[in-house]
Amino acid sequence: MSGLLRGSVAGLLVAVLALAIAWLAFDLLVIGYGESPHQLIVLLVRGTWGTAYGIGQVLYKATPLLFGGIAVSIALRAGLFNVGVEGQMSIAALGAAVVAARLSGLSPWLAVPIALAAAAFFGALWAAPAALLRARRGVHEVIATILLNRVADGVVTFLLAAGLALPASVRTPAIAPSTRLARLETVVPALAGSAVSYALPLGVALLLLWSVSARWTRLGRELEQVAQGPEACAAEHIPVARRRFEALVLSGAVAGLAASATVFGYKGAFEQGLGAGAGFISIAVALLGRGSFGGLLAAALLLGTLQQGGLVINARVPMEIIDVVSAVLIVAVAIADRKLTRLFGALDHERRLAA
Amino acid sequence: MITLLALLLAQTVRTLVPYVCAAVGGALSERSGVVNIALEGILLASGLGAVVVHVATGSAVAGLAAGVMVGAVFGALHALLVLRAGANAILSGLALNLFAVAGTRFLLRALYRSSSNSPPISAFRVAEGSSLLVRTFADPILWLAIVLAVATAHFLAKSPTGLRIRAAGESPEAVLSAGLSLGRLRAGAVIVGSAICGLGGVALAYDQHQFQSGMSGGRGFIALAAVVLSGWRPGRAALLCGAFAALDAAQIVLQDRMRSAQDLLAMLPYVVTLILLGVAARPRDSRGGIAAAGRDWTRAPAALGKES
Repeated sequence: MSGLLRGSVAGLLVAVLALAIAWLAFDLLVIGYGESPHQLIVLLVRGTWGTAYGIGQVLYKATPLLFGGIAVSIALRAGLFNVGVEGQMSIAALGAAVVAARLSGLSPWLAVPIALAAAAFFGALWAAPAALLRARRGVHEVIATILLNRVADGVVTFLLAAGLALPASVRTPAIAPSTRLARLETVVPALAGSAVSYALPLGVALLLLWSVSARWTRLGRELEQVAQGPEACAAEHIPVARRRFEALVLSGAVAGLAASATVFGYKGAFEQGLGAGAGFISIAVALLGRGSFGGLLAAALLLGTLQQGGLVINARVPMEIIDVVSAVLIVAVAIADRKLTRLFGALDHERRLAA
Repeated sequence: MITLLALLLAQTVRTLVPYVCAAVGGALSERSGVVNIALEGILLASGLGAVVVHVATGSAVAGLAAGVMVGAVFGALHALLVLRAGANAILSGLALNLFAVAGTRFLLRALYRSSSNSPPISAFRVAEGSSLLVRTFADPILWLAIVLAVATAHFLAKSPTGLRIRAAGESPEAVLSAGLSLGRLRAGAVIVGSAICGLGGVALAYDQHQFQSGMSGGRGFIALAAVVLSGWRPGRAALLCGAFAALDAAQIVLQDRMRSAQDLLAMLPYVVTLILLGVAARPRDSRGGIAAAGRDWTRAPAALGKES
């Protein structure tokens, strides 16, 4: 079995195993709540993949998760843990909404790239302190990004109150019409009413770009080498600190682009709490997706389905059940991954001994 | 002026307890070599656990015991996932936080049909009728927390077991060659540390006389910041928490008078920690462990999920 193939088989096994455990947790919680798991699963599937509107909503929920999943994967590639996607997303969405509100009068061909660049810039800006502390001072990026998430919360509340929001609201002025990304219902009429927009193909394109460049470009390969052996890299004159900085800032920029779905594709403004929570679920996406194109896409769709499904079943069981199940999923992936890697490692070792 | 100062002091002491418990518990856990970022979730979960048992039994003592127990259970889960199942400690901590935030809201709706708060509880009723300052200092949880903080600091610094726990974090090889069980030392530190953190959750809920959804409000993360900033010394972490609690109290006292100043004050502990970490960290630590104070924690095998 080739290495690549074995990697995807292991990835699939991890995902199936983790999903089975998460499903079990869901069933137990639902039974504990006094509802029927079977009925709720049927309800969840019908409300998500059962109608064109449901599919559109799943795709909408999956879009920020896709950007977030890529963002976490970029940092992971360099052996870094970007736990700050949540804060990067909210700062970027606020910043991009404010910039986009001032872009009236420009043609969409100019306005949209500027607005997207603003989103990426603010996302990168919020990752930069952690990147700098990591690269220059050796401060662990997990601590720094956790703290930055909390600061982001405060900054957003403060700035909205200090004048970025419309009077007596927690919502910024509407963005310029030319910066809005069209909903996909304009090309697929069946999706009418759902919030999925051109941000989704943008995310898929970015995912393709990342999965190709991770493998085939110098930066992508060097990031991986930095993760595997910083000492060896230093000996090979690969600038370790600089690559780490780049990985975290790039990760933040991609996280920021999630604003394309929430601000430009859906709300047309930023408001407090818009897209909240997606940053943490993105970590689950990256873990399940294992950095591959198909894996990340499937993981974003799966967790998007769960997020939308939570809203569908909320009348019967509290939607928080979905986040509880997502937590179980994260742990299950982390463990299954470890166990299977060890198993496959042992098999390899035996084969080598036999040869 | 005197009354304002008394108010500020009373408020500081009241808000201090959850911070100190979380920080001391976190320091104990991390000294053994297991990163514990689940403090925030433990505060929440143990707060709800205490309230649920208090409501069911009518006993504040039973509620306190239950809250501490929930903390210990979370610690046991973390230890099991990280030390037994080999999960990455940061992932396990993240998952436990998500689990606690969502799980407490789920339980609030399941048990009390409310998405925001539990029924009220009486908590400890001592020195009723006297001033806020007297009531604050008569609170048994406050004294329990102080005793635990001092005892933990002393235990880690002076006792043989404390030395072994520190060795488990700093040079696991030494622990192994002394014929001691690394797993047992670490599991013990994580479970006891999380139980201490659980007491902080109890204090949080008892102070408000009910459980409110998301009532930990980032205190676990501030405690984590204090732990890192203190260089993983429980005594210093507790003192730092005192400073952070004073900020918190200033916020509550200032309430409504200066809305925007309040938002800024809320961020201060995090910003200060970030800046101080940048200043205090050893420059260009190539391994970059959680080693802000010059201690390289990546050498502890379990600290970042590396195999021993």
